[in-house]
Amino acid sequence: MTNLLVITPSGSRRRIEAAAGITIMENIRNAGVGELAALCGGCRSCATCHVYLEVERPDLLPPISDEENDLLDSSDHRRTNSRLSCQIVVKAEMGMMSAEIAPET
Amino acid sequence: MSLPFEALIVGAGHAGAHTAIFLRQHGHVGSIAIIGDEPELPYERPPLSKDYLGGTKSFDRLLLRPAEFWTDNAIAMLPGRRVETIDPRSQTVTCADGSCYSYVNLIWAAGGRPRSLPCPGGDLAGVHQIRSRADVDAIATELAQARDICVIGGGYIGLEAAAVLTKLGKRVTLLEAMDRVLARVAGDELSRFYEREHRAHGVDLRLNARVRELIGKSGRVAGVLLDEGEVLPAEMVIVGIGILPNLEPLAAAGARCRDGVEVDEFCRTSLPNIYAVGDCARHTNTFAQEGTRIRLESVQNASDQANCVAKAIVGRPERYSATPWFWSDQYDLRLQTAGLSAGYDEVVIRGDQAARKFSVIYLRGGRFQAIDCVNNAKDFVAGKRLVATRATVSADRLADTETPLKALIPPAVDGQFIEQDATARQGVS
Repeated sequence: MTNLLVITPSGSRRRIEAAAGITIMENIRNAGVGELAALCGGCRSCATCHVYLEVERPDLLPPISDEENDLLDSSDHRRTNSRLSCQIVVKAEMGMMSAEIAPET
Repeated sequence: MSLPFEALIVGAGHAGAHTAIFLRQHGHVGSIAIIGDEPELPYERPPLSKDYLGGTKSFDRLLLRPAEFWTDNAIAMLPGRRVETIDPRSQTVTCADGSCYSYVNLIWAAGGRPRSLPCPGGDLAGVHQIRSRADVDAIATELAQARDICVIGGGYIGLEAAAVLTKLGKRVTLLEAMDRVLARVAGDELSRFYEREHRAHGVDLRLNARVRELIGKSGRVAGVLLDEGEVLPAEMVIVGIGILPNLEPLAAAGARCRDGVEVDEFCRTSLPNIYAVGDCARHTNTFAQEGTRIRLESVQNASDQANCVAKAIVGRPERYSATPWFWSDQYDLRLQTAGLSAGYDEVVIRGDQAARKFSVIYLRGGRFQAIDCVNNAKDFVAGKRLVATRATVSADRLADTETPLKALIPPAVDGQFIEQDATARQGVS
């Protein structure tokens, strides 16, 4: 378990205990946050699980693949800390995390 | 009977679940209930023919939302019920088990049921379909006993199932009645590419194949008899030949139906206070050929129509105009499509098919109509915008992989795309 702060596009904040071994997308969804569409279910086919991610140990994050990079490019709201939350499996060692759900394109 | 539900949703698939989710997101405070004929909470269907069939994703990872989400958001779940009759005058629905519910707004999201094989033997044990979790669980329990599997239907479901079963070490024969796979949804080039891929992976792919009969042995399927007399061994048969829209109760109540429930641009049926969304809703899609009304069987359409209905119900109606997109995973091939290609008059291949990374672009009257991208997310992302803008782009420019598609997107003004001739803007004749 690791602490994950989820911020919705409307600005509401919620702290959840994220389970290791599943993705950030699944953790946000399992916490019952409705605003993360994640339409393709996490198979890297859309960009509807786009978040702005801050992690205590960014060195433990998997690098952005070409495919993820291309899909993130579809957003008008891409920032330097943009990630597809379905592409990051939570590890306890990652430390505190915050994920702000990006507005839809 | 209890108080009426402000929003009574029939169908617990993507369209039904998302209608409830969007209603709450758009501030609907009234009561919501979802009637579903399966026992499960709403789950993702696309993985049924992919990761779930392959055994690489467990069911709990397919749930669209956790159980608490529905209770926390006061969305009543009424699983295991099938609506049999609708009375639009008293605004009530009655289920097969006798339960009865009344509504202020009824949202019909009942999807479809797989077409069954119209030949003798279609009801033998070992003959399966892929639409629900129960379907795939039934396949899984018999899979160990099956060495030869016959997949009937070369659409997305059939092709994805063939890919997974081949990977599981099965001998797979795929039978397609038309002269190419994906005939209903893609152009010739993409069909041929996927045929080659499946054959290279060991699938015995037969085109123009007509099934005369499924041969049984003690009540269980043992083979498939083709029209020309050949018998293919099969301990299991998977039928993926499309769906029939579920609409009978609505049609009986007087709603206009024709291969789907007819809806307007706000997803309203011809009956008052009744909407229809998802696979069963026959609508005018602004991306389809002018004048044609279609049903669109996709997660995108289910979710975006759900959003359209939710907005209408909360009093902020917006016409349905979402860009169609779709995906399919077969082997290590990721197909992503945007737009609707039917009716195209020109095809451009962009990239190298042999490298298994390319796109097929469909034009109509010089306008960018649709794109199918294989292992090419960059083109998909830009292509989706080109579809949305209906840009006019020359075939030569599109075929040139040195020019990123992104460079061909017309500029946006105040966040709105303007329909214009992108080629002219680029100064290219």
